[in-house]
Amino acid sequence: MPGIIGYGAYIPRHRIKVEEIAKVWGADAPSYKKGLLLEEKSVPAPDQDTITMSVEASKSALKRAGINPRDIGAVYIGSESHPYAVKPSGTVLAEALGATPDVHTADLEFACKAGTEGMFIALSLVQAGAVTYGLAVGADTSQGAPGDALEYSAAAGAAAFIFGRDRMVAEVLETYSYTTDMPDFWRREYQYYPQHGGRFTGDPAYFKHVTGAARGLLAKAKMKPSDFDFVIFHQPNGKFPLRVGELLGFDKKQIEPGWLVPKLGNTYSGSSPLGLTAVLDIARPGQKIMLVSYGSGAGSDGFVFRVTDRIDEVRDLAPKTRDLLDRNKVYLEYGAYAKFRRKIRKAS
Amino acid sequence: MRDVAVIGVGMTKWGELWEKSLRSIFVESALLAIQDAGVEKIDSMVVGCMSSGLFIGQEHLASLLSDSLARNPVPATRVESACSSGGLALRQGFIEVASGLSDVVLVGGVEKMTDVTGSEATYALGTAADQEYEGYHGLTFPGLYAMMAVAHMNRYGTTRDQLSMVAVKNHDNGSKNPLAQFPSRISVEAVNNSVQVADPLRILDCSPITDGAAAVILCPADMAAKMKKPVIRITGTGHASDTIALSSRKDITWLESTALAARKALAMAGRKIEDIHLFEVHDCFTIAEIMITEALGLAERGRGGRAVEEGLTSIKGKHPVNPSGGLKAKGHPVGATGVAQAVEVVKQLRGEAGDRQIKGARCGLTQNMGGTGGSALVHVFERE
Amino acid sequence: MPTPSRYWREIPQRYRLEAEKCRGCGRILFPPRLVCPECGRQEFEPTKLAESGALLTYTIIRVAPAGFEDQSPYAVGIAEMDDGVRLTAQVVDCDFSRLQVGLRVKLEFRKMHEDGEAGVIHYGYKFVPE
Repeated sequence: MPGIIGYGAYIPRHRIKVEEIAKVWGADAPSYKKGLLLEEKSVPAPDQDTITMSVEASKSALKRAGINPRDIGAVYIGSESHPYAVKPSGTVLAEALGATPDVHTADLEFACKAGTEGMFIALSLVQAGAVTYGLAVGADTSQGAPGDALEYSAAAGAAAFIFGRDRMVAEVLETYSYTTDMPDFWRREYQYYPQHGGRFTGDPAYFKHVTGAARGLLAKAKMKPSDFDFVIFHQPNGKFPLRVGELLGFDKKQIEPGWLVPKLGNTYSGSSPLGLTAVLDIARPGQKIMLVSYGSGAGSDGFVFRVTDRIDEVRDLAPKTRDLLDRNKVYLEYGAYAKFRRKIRKAS
Repeated sequence: MRDVAVIGVGMTKWGELWEKSLRSIFVESALLAIQDAGVEKIDSMVVGCMSSGLFIGQEHLASLLSDSLARNPVPATRVESACSSGGLALRQGFIEVASGLSDVVLVGGVEKMTDVTGSEATYALGTAADQEYEGYHGLTFPGLYAMMAVAHMNRYGTTRDQLSMVAVKNHDNGSKNPLAQFPSRISVEAVNNSVQVADPLRILDCSPITDGAAAVILCPADMAAKMKKPVIRITGTGHASDTIALSSRKDITWLESTALAARKALAMAGRKIEDIHLFEVHDCFTIAEIMITEALGLAERGRGGRAVEEGLTSIKGKHPVNPSGGLKAKGHPVGATGVAQAVEVVKQLRGEAGDRQIKGARCGLTQNMGGTGGSALVHVFERE
Repeated sequence: MPTPSRYWREIPQRYRLEAEKCRGCGRILFPPRLVCPECGRQEFEPTKLAESGALLTYTIIRVAPAGFEDQSPYAVGIAEMDDGVRLTAQVVDCDFSRLQVGLRVKLEFRKMHEDGEAGVIHYGYKFVPE
């Protein structure tokens, strides 16, 4: 099958700690940190959004792919925080990269799995021979309602993948998607913040779909957990991916390299994709990676990748995920955070 | 070309003139100038105004003002060159008289800036910059001049105090000008501690938002000779343009258009800079006056800050700059400034400048600039 | 705030830094023009700008124009890029204390401003420390 020929990540540099948010709402920070296995999250600056982060992540992917952007035949951004309700994000990205006008673009939405959705579609178009190269980005600047549990984890980031047949850095060996209709987390049109079903988002939602997709994928690929060097799950908090990995028979060593959430937060459509870029940054030729995303509503996309020799040639051509995560951090107080995230009501 | 004289000047007090509209501000100054000149017939009007369109939604200003002045059907022209609109109007009036096309020309400048919010006024002023490549990035005029200041301070060691001294000097002068918007003295400490606008510039480094107008009457010099007042001639006019965007400038610490326009005006007048007794220059920001001092050749390149610190440009100094109080103390109703500079120089050369009088002044120079120096107009005036 | 058509027209420059090189004297013009200000020729070939450079000057805008109030205070600078072209842009993700003449910077795609809550969002480039 075709695979990833270039990948890129982008994480904004601002952060806010769980303690800072808890202080404002009179919540018990240690219990949130322990319960969510989360310390801090990324915060987008006022001049950053899903589109700007997608452009930067995609430029990194282009550097690693080493192709002419005019040869990209499809561009998809998956997000639940597209800047416009009507006007595509993907066209700005396609224009910024120089992929226009011979390109197909669509914006995708499926809560946190919109990124892997785009990956699935781009891969399929390459596989079908309809395009030579396809770009898929998972990016979000999602919001959590003030004082709600999600406020501690809703973060910002982007991961971009270019798919093609030649110059692969990671070949796709198998894919599988598992979907049911499920009202675990949603946001109605014109509402500013999402709502969710509390503990209902756990076992019947995240765990059922992730394990459903993982088991389906393993069966289809005729593989078992020990065949993999790395596994990446969607990371709404630090606990869920560790627990689902354990349930499926993976061990912590396979999960940790792609487990970014404790210092990053949940980047929604960027969550498992950024776990994948972090793994690709360190994976060696021949190693196998499993990725299972999760999007509320609900569904999971699963992929099996095998890393090729070319990874060693391109890894250093653009910023690495952990460098973006750990370096040059600027911590915000809640006031600046609220201003950045437009949570302060202003005069019209 | 005929010799051109200034036979009348008119200007009312500048400030936030809430009760006055643009048309009444203009007409009052124009009537004073006409009365001072003692003429009845006007052959032509030239008006400088940066943006009546953005400030009061009024274009076709020439028609409005010839009408308001009850001078229809006189040909009326409105010219625009951002903050040098007034100087440009003066030059156009000069050309009409010098060429023989008109005998008596009313040259006026006017701006009404307080009918919009501060933010809207900042936007209107910002249209003097490159909208797509400077304004688009959030630059304001204080921001542009602040960048010139940072570069000047970095290259030449110009200091924060030297910037403040320009404002202090101009307020010292302005305190003697009954028509000034802010006729009060200030201190270096006050400037250094005033509200930050765009680092390193503070609010007291910046010329204010002002309503005001000024007018002069031009005529051929031999017509002027028949009148009782001393004949004040415009002996030189110089006009030059430069890049609109600061980033395109060859040297962002140097005002080339001013240097060129001054060379041309002085050459036409047959004068050297040392022959000039007083200068009215475009101190839209304190750093601007420092750079203008250098561009005119009153100080070596890079030493404009030193010049003001050493008192070279104070009213009793070797090269008095801005005896009127400059834009800083007198005010800066954009289109009017260039004409008001001429009003001051003419008054000084006539000996009518009261407490601000520079003794024995026979030769004066005005320098009016647009944007960050994209345009410059320099005129030389002499008393016979 | 640029109108939709004024904004759209400059997209090749704002998104992709498309510039032109004069066939006469080799000067790189950004934005492109019809006449070379250096040599007066009117023939050009397309080129793209270097994405890194060093600050020639900067300031911190504290009194912002309409549309930029929420960003205030923000730094703006003029940088000379590694190909000799000078660009004006905001300097972001940079502590004000780090600003100095000579600071190495590179370009990043950012949101420039919005035409209110319902209007077009304008994108472009800003400097970040290298």
